[in-house]
Amino acid sequence: MDTSIVAVAYLVAAVLFIAGLAGLSGQETARRGNALGMAGMAIALIATLLHPDVSPEHVGIIVAVALAGGALGAVLAVRVEMTAMPELVALLHSFVGLSAVLVGFASALQAGHHDGFAAVVHRGEVFIDVVIGAVTFTGSIVAFLKLRGSISGAALIVPGRHAVNLGVGAVTLGLMATYAGYDQLGALLAATALAAAFGVVLVHAIGGADMPVAVSLLNSYSGWTAAAAGFVLGNDLLIITGALVGSSGAILSYIMCKAMNRSIWNVVFGEYGATAGGASALDPALAAAVARGVNTASIDEAAQILRSATSVIVVPGYGMAVAQAQGPVRELAELLEAQGATVRYAIHPVAGRLPGHMNVLLAEANVPYDTVLEMDDINGDFPHTDAVLVLGANDIVNPAALDDPKSPLYGMPTLEVHKARAVFVVKRSMAAGYAGVDNPLYYKDNTMMVFGDARKVVEQIVKAMAHG
Amino acid sequence: MAEFVDHLTVFVLATCVGWYVVWKVTPALHTPLMSATNAISGIIAVGAIATGGMAGASDTSRWIALAALFLAMINVVGGFWVTQRMLHMFRKKG
Repeated sequence: MDTSIVAVAYLVAAVLFIAGLAGLSGQETARRGNALGMAGMAIALIATLLHPDVSPEHVGIIVAVALAGGALGAVLAVRVEMTAMPELVALLHSFVGLSAVLVGFASALQAGHHDGFAAVVHRGEVFIDVVIGAVTFTGSIVAFLKLRGSISGAALIVPGRHAVNLGVGAVTLGLMATYAGYDQLGALLAATALAAAFGVVLVHAIGGADMPVAVSLLNSYSGWTAAAAGFVLGNDLLIITGALVGSSGAILSYIMCKAMNRSIWNVVFGEYGATAGGASALDPALAAAVARGVNTASIDEAAQILRSATSVIVVPGYGMAVAQAQGPVRELAELLEAQGATVRYAIHPVAGRLPGHMNVLLAEANVPYDTVLEMDDINGDFPHTDAVLVLGANDIVNPAALDDPKSPLYGMPTLEVHKARAVFVVKRSMAAGYAGVDNPLYYKDNTMMVFGDARKVVEQIVKAMAHG
Repeated sequence: MAEFVDHLTVFVLATCVGWYVVWKVTPALHTPLMSATNAISGIIAVGAIATGGMAGASDTSRWIALAALFLAMINVVGGFWVTQRMLHMFRKKG
């Protein structure tokens, strides 16, 4: 196939990828968008196989390896539980990272296409590709292990790490000059090892509930590393696709940070998860409330109040996913709807361990997506809502973020559930949330705590309501 | 150098396109967005094929590239497939 036909095929693929992402702007167009992306990928892969530089004698092995990888991907996609989506996404990021490292090395070992300064530029590109790829690879592996619970989710901070980071940066620049300028493969290998270690330290320092940001950030890196591989190979399709993915991850990181009222710098290099938790001077009003204790509700009391409710909002958090409570929640919603109540769901941007994770879990439990609302669309409705059910969420419903300038959460946009007539908080114990801050919501007069596992509690309420 | 600048132009423009397109993605579909970007970043398979299929490549270089291809194809198929699986779960009321 002529190289200009391949170039046209790449152009078509790039346009299809852009159209595919644009399709995700709405539920109605999303599936078609994904199909466009698949078509783009198929066109790009076939065109590459027919490229004149790909010698026909190797096509057999290439197709065999591609099919083997694809088969493994299919197995992962079919078997993954929706609660484990964050792990799968992190794992796939690590593959992009490692793949970029390998492509960089394969290209480095094929020197000879460039002369003089062009060769220096090429080696510089290889270096950047390999370094970003290595950080993406090990960072994503650590994120995967943290999300899976194989290693502790707590933030692990290396002492003096700001100085260490600066040192790593300086050494990396030196190695880049050595490799690009003098073609010393050893420098590239050393930089790869250093970047791999840096990826581990970087993600280790990010606490469990900041994982949505870490995963978004690694999503962005996986894009930039693909783009860097595109520079190495002089392939515009890789550059375009990598740039699309890079921007996407950057936007998601930005949205997550804004939803926590923190800067990306604070999430990545701050010591939030590690140092917060000291109960500083408690607000006198809150102290009095804590001394009074919380209201609790039994299953029957909760069922009785829900029975007379005409408007109910469910606020799911990570705890709902852990307890696998989404199915029973839908049953409860159906009972409430049968008695004439409206039931809706309020989603905070950082609920869960992945952007949009709650929406997928609810969709899996057959909750219609038009009853699932974003924070800004539903926050004004709490004052005229009869009952709110908070399931395994904590910091995202903390009213201190609104009215207590001394709270570490102050300024974070939250779901204003305390404005509803009655609030049920389903929680295992009185333990503080991730931020380590006490939640004044629990001590409000209109709040009732229902202690227990989210799934069991909801199942029991369903039973109590069905029998009442 | 001119070649580098050409690629840089493409890169910057594509970043801008991505920025405007992705802001329009509905937050409800942010997880499918991530898995879809997982899938398309598997485009690195194209680079792996080009590197591994080159006539004059050494065996070492070729096998490294084929390993990259294997990983990238996990992303391509796994990413698109799981995205489709998720998108089929979203249903409207009634």
